[in-house]
Amino acid sequence: MAAAITVEGVGKQFRRYRERPTSLKERVIRFRVHEERFWALQGISLDVPEGQTLGLLGPNGSGKTTLLKLIAGILRPTEGRITTRGRIAALLALGAGFHQELTGRENVYLNASVLGLSRSQIDSRFGDIVEFAELQDFIDTQVKFYSSGMYVRLGFAVAVHVDPAILLVDEVLAVGDIAFQRKCLDRVEEFQRDGRTIVLVTHAPDQVVRTCHRAVILSKGHVVNEGSPHDVVRDFRMLMAREDVAYGWSGGTKEIEIVSAAIYGRDGATPGIFFPGQELTLQVDLKANTPVEDPVVSFAIHDDQNRFAFGTNSDWRKVRWPRFEGKHRVEFVLKSLPFVDGRYYVTLGVHSRDSKRVYHLQEQRYTFDMVRGEENPGMVYIPVECRTEPL
Amino acid sequence: MAILAHAEPQPGAEPALNVQTSEPPRLHVRARARELWADRELLGNLVRKDIKVKYKSSILGAAWSMLNPILYLAVFAFVFSVVLKNNIPHFAVYLFSGLLAWNLYSTALGLGARSVVDNASLVTKVYFPRELLPISSVGTAGVDLVLQAIVLLVFMIALRAFVVGWNLLLLPLALFDLVVFTCALNMWVASLNVRYRDVQYLVNIALLLWFWVTPVVYPSAFVWKPLSRHFGFKLLYLANPMADVVLGMQRALYGTVSPPGVKGGVLAPVSVGWLALLLGAVAVGSTALFFVAWRTFFRMSGDFAEEL
Repeated sequence: MAAAITVEGVGKQFRRYRERPTSLKERVIRFRVHEERFWALQGISLDVPEGQTLGLLGPNGSGKTTLLKLIAGILRPTEGRITTRGRIAALLALGAGFHQELTGRENVYLNASVLGLSRSQIDSRFGDIVEFAELQDFIDTQVKFYSSGMYVRLGFAVAVHVDPAILLVDEVLAVGDIAFQRKCLDRVEEFQRDGRTIVLVTHAPDQVVRTCHRAVILSKGHVVNEGSPHDVVRDFRMLMAREDVAYGWSGGTKEIEIVSAAIYGRDGATPGIFFPGQELTLQVDLKANTPVEDPVVSFAIHDDQNRFAFGTNSDWRKVRWPRFEGKHRVEFVLKSLPFVDGRYYVTLGVHSRDSKRVYHLQEQRYTFDMVRGEENPGMVYIPVECRTEPL
Repeated sequence: MAILAHAEPQPGAEPALNVQTSEPPRLHVRARARELWADRELLGNLVRKDIKVKYKSSILGAAWSMLNPILYLAVFAFVFSVVLKNNIPHFAVYLFSGLLAWNLYSTALGLGARSVVDNASLVTKVYFPRELLPISSVGTAGVDLVLQAIVLLVFMIALRAFVVGWNLLLLPLALFDLVVFTCALNMWVASLNVRYRDVQYLVNIALLLWFWVTPVVYPSAFVWKPLSRHFGFKLLYLANPMADVVLGMQRALYGTVSPPGVKGGVLAPVSVGWLALLLGAVAVGSTALFFVAWRTFFRMSGDFAEEL
């Protein structure tokens, strides 16, 4: 079978300015600009056969998104060549390319037209797009009035309805509400069954194992491993452990920032190792860069198989800030750890109540280890009181 | 490993539709031109979008592109015919024939400088030949030109101010020069503005000065005599392609070089053939300029998504 995507010896060089002049005035005054060039990607060669799903894994700054943009044609390779067969639709970060002043309808037409559809083709699919995006009542509203969720839904709806042979997905599935995420994943699976080619950039290894045929790890702009998702993901975890960073993605609008976080035990010390049933305090120091109304702080704990073990948030625990200003310390006290064994990864997030706006998210940045005692066989620890009385 | 490892294209593979190869680092004119031509429907949609965005949230909407030149004309006609009493017959027609070209130029450049930056959401998310953006700005200004030409035509009919003859042949030539020259400059300012945002403001200031070295509001005959005294100055004046285009437009549409009762005449006292040669030279120069600007734009466009 022909390869849907052929990447041959591709490299991408970027300019990096030590102090980038953004105006001609500065350019003239500074006269000589300190301009460094660096390779974001180098010597990348890979084929994605038609109908396969490829997962791209890698730490931040490894060049995964750059590679995706090169395949999409949004960036041009400095060297090498990329050949693609069939229409490409790319889902990059938040939303497709929408113009704020135009209505949803006008944007659908413009976007689909950029993706290569004729007017009559768009006409015949318009109903489906609107239905998929669940925006019947808002399609004639300017998109500047859309919530970020609506924006993402419409972007995804257009991309999947232009009938692409190749779909490029960049961590977008993590956005939007749960129901829509489910719908998108269903669509991606349907695309796989239809024999379309998909490239998925993700920071969630379990997603790669679940949905991809092949996986590639990028690190510092080079392919360091490729092969079956299972093997590659195991290597990836080792790579991340070696580099001593949790493979966490970190980002957000930074209206509220996570300044620091710490995990400690009952005595206030950081034990590093916890035993089942012990108390664990997760302390988060936050700083508001601008006042924010009604934020929610949440955390999630994943095990070393990247299975979601537990999570909660300040809102459910009845801690609320009608207006968050300045610095605050938040502590989550886990009264009794139910885990018995292994390493656990903590994800921290500050976001709006509807989760649609993420102020700061640190994915799986913090870790703690559990060691089971002899008296704790099984999967979980349950505090058990043993009683007896004579009958 | 075997599947993902680099492999030669299989000879037996059937040619699939829509095979795209990543853009080469240098412009290949013919292949690129073919690609742009294939995307003409998108170009039309970009123009439509520009117009929609321009008149969004305005009550009169597209009527503004008619109203604008009419009001402009009213002000200039009042100043020059009533206040300054220049005695030029059908001054509105004279003014408008030059203004038509100038408006296309200034509108396109104003829009063009911002074209890539304003469409950042598209540029960073989807592939399409980036040249379409500055070209679509010229298209948007072209729509205005058509509307304004209708206003001019109404004036000409109302005033019965037609000069039919060889001079009309200058019209397509002048329009060709105008479009090619505007496209060339648009490519430059659009790509420069991605890196240095001052370009869009500089363009506006430059246009303000440029307007006065182009014979739009003053009769070209007025500057012709002093210029004729010194060949160098004349050459310098005519080195401005916009001056040449405007001279051509005025000769084509206004036509009367020296109407009775106007001392010194109105238009530059040169023959239609001379103007045709001048415009021909501008056509060659603008086309060369266009290819140079296109190459620059193309080279820079590979990194637009990163620099926006």
